[in-house]
Amino acid sequence: MSDPTATTIGILGAGKVGTGVARQAIKAGYRVLIAASGDPKKIDLIVSVMAPGAIAVSAQDAMELSDLVVLSVPLHKFRTLDPAALAGKHVLDTMNYWRDTNGDMPELAEARSSSEMVLAHLPQARLAKSLNHIGYHELELDAREAGAADRRALAVASDDAETRALVLDFVEHLGFDAVDAGPLAQGAAFEPDTPIFTGSYNEARLQGELLAHAAAAQAELSPTH
Amino acid sequence: MELGVYSFGDVHQDPVTGAQVSPQQRMADLLERARLADDVGLDYFGLGEHHRPEYAISAPIPMLAAAAAQTKNIKVGSAVTVLSTEDPVRVYQQFATLDLLSGGRAELTAGRGSFIESYPLFGADLNDYEELYEEKIGLLLALNESGRKEESITWSGKFRPALEDATIYPRPVNNNLDIWIATGGTPSSTARAAALGTNVIYALLGGAVSNFARHAQLFRAGAEQAGHDATALKVGVSAVGLVGKDNATETFYPYWRRVMDDIARERGFTPPNRISYNMQTAPAGAIYAGTPEQVAEKILLTHQHMGHDRHILEMDFASVPQKDVLKSIELFGTEVKPLIDAELPTTKKVNA
Repeated sequence: MSDPTATTIGILGAGKVGTGVARQAIKAGYRVLIAASGDPKKIDLIVSVMAPGAIAVSAQDAMELSDLVVLSVPLHKFRTLDPAALAGKHVLDTMNYWRDTNGDMPELAEARSSSEMVLAHLPQARLAKSLNHIGYHELELDAREAGAADRRALAVASDDAETRALVLDFVEHLGFDAVDAGPLAQGAAFEPDTPIFTGSYNEARLQGELLAHAAAAQAELSPTH
Repeated sequence: MELGVYSFGDVHQDPVTGAQVSPQQRMADLLERARLADDVGLDYFGLGEHHRPEYAISAPIPMLAAAAAQTKNIKVGSAVTVLSTEDPVRVYQQFATLDLLSGGRAELTAGRGSFIESYPLFGADLNDYEELYEEKIGLLLALNESGRKEESITWSGKFRPALEDATIYPRPVNNNLDIWIATGGTPSSTARAAALGTNVIYALLGGAVSNFARHAQLFRAGAEQAGHDATALKVGVSAVGLVGKDNATETFYPYWRRVMDDIARERGFTPPNRISYNMQTAPAGAIYAGTPEQVAEKILLTHQHMGHDRHILEMDFASVPQKDVLKSIELFGTEVKPLIDAELPTTKKVNA
């Protein structure tokens, strides 16, 4: 495989998902910075055990010093993300809405997907949505070399062509067939409770599911007379 | 290695036979299981709280007290106390009482709960999810600490009236309650338990037996770093499974399927199927169903990954019939336990 386009990944959030993405990214040869809120010393130990090789840094450094910023904080904390620090950055949103841990989020009702709610808070970020429809354990268990017969496919949606290409490349390097899902609005096709979210697909079948979702969304928009 | 069983008092309509067990009958069933678990030498009997129609246990304490009164040696504990929606002072009093009446066999496992029904029920705000838990676990441990030192406590927080030079009565046996923190695998929960110096138990509800290997490592490193003796702290695993001489894996499937179907539907998770079940009942998968030899081997394999001190099983998932649960408890004590004891040293004696 070609060398990765992005070389330094900055992960915000040292939870299940953040450390899981960090492990896979380290394995793929990326330089990985990881941050929680506050003093990086607080997560030194977590990072050294859960994602050996990753570097605990401040959130500011994770955003500033990386080619791609990965958002893996609990979704209800999205307002704590710094719009100025993320302006112009390539940003990958891996977050999902879970009522049990996120509480009620009325602003979600106004967004087509949770990523669009995040984008509204970070209007100048170059945002993509991916890695949200795979379990954090599966990131490790299901990763395969390119060309493997049982390689799993993951969808990437973004309104920014360059960001989308960058994230597609990142997902490939993590060990998955990356499928271009189109604009960010298409991210609704792989949020919780969708067939894509609750299933596991190879490239062709994932493309099929994405097309089916797009067609259904189109039908909903069209007048029926 | 300590072995035990835990339950939420499932009263699901039996997905195989359609039978419906009443909550009253289930209470009697649970006590029968506690007596048998004690008789066959298991170490732990736990009941956890849910606040949903399919479960009869929302208040574990009176049932644990009844179980304690009918048993001799087995530890009795809350498989989870949803601390976020409790008053830690009252919880401490209840478990201190249970400890006294059971002769020091009471344990308290604190958690946030995997369901959230208790929040509206007790007027807690889900938006305070983390802050609530942080404050309450802090107070509970401070109460235990003041009990150990035989001192009064002065405390103030956000979610409960302040305590001014208060002494909480009664105190448990040896002035100490055994407290565990339950977690589903968030690294910061492990780090918190390590920093606080409590035992920790992982809810390994599927996936692979190795899922929490790094967490156990993190727990011990964190405890050492915080100045606790990590060898005196216990790591536990709570999991689902059923032991049987033949067909336990087949028997368990429709019940497991019922619960997992419900959870998948409710939360938008991947629905279960026979393939995912087979993967998890295979030797490295985290459903502990099978013959005594298979279950023992799987627990030993888990131990290779985690070095854990306690393994407890939820056997009555979605109302597995009482006769199958009783058989499973019997085999867990009489056959699985000796197989594991032969390979591993027995229980740690030191308290945290």
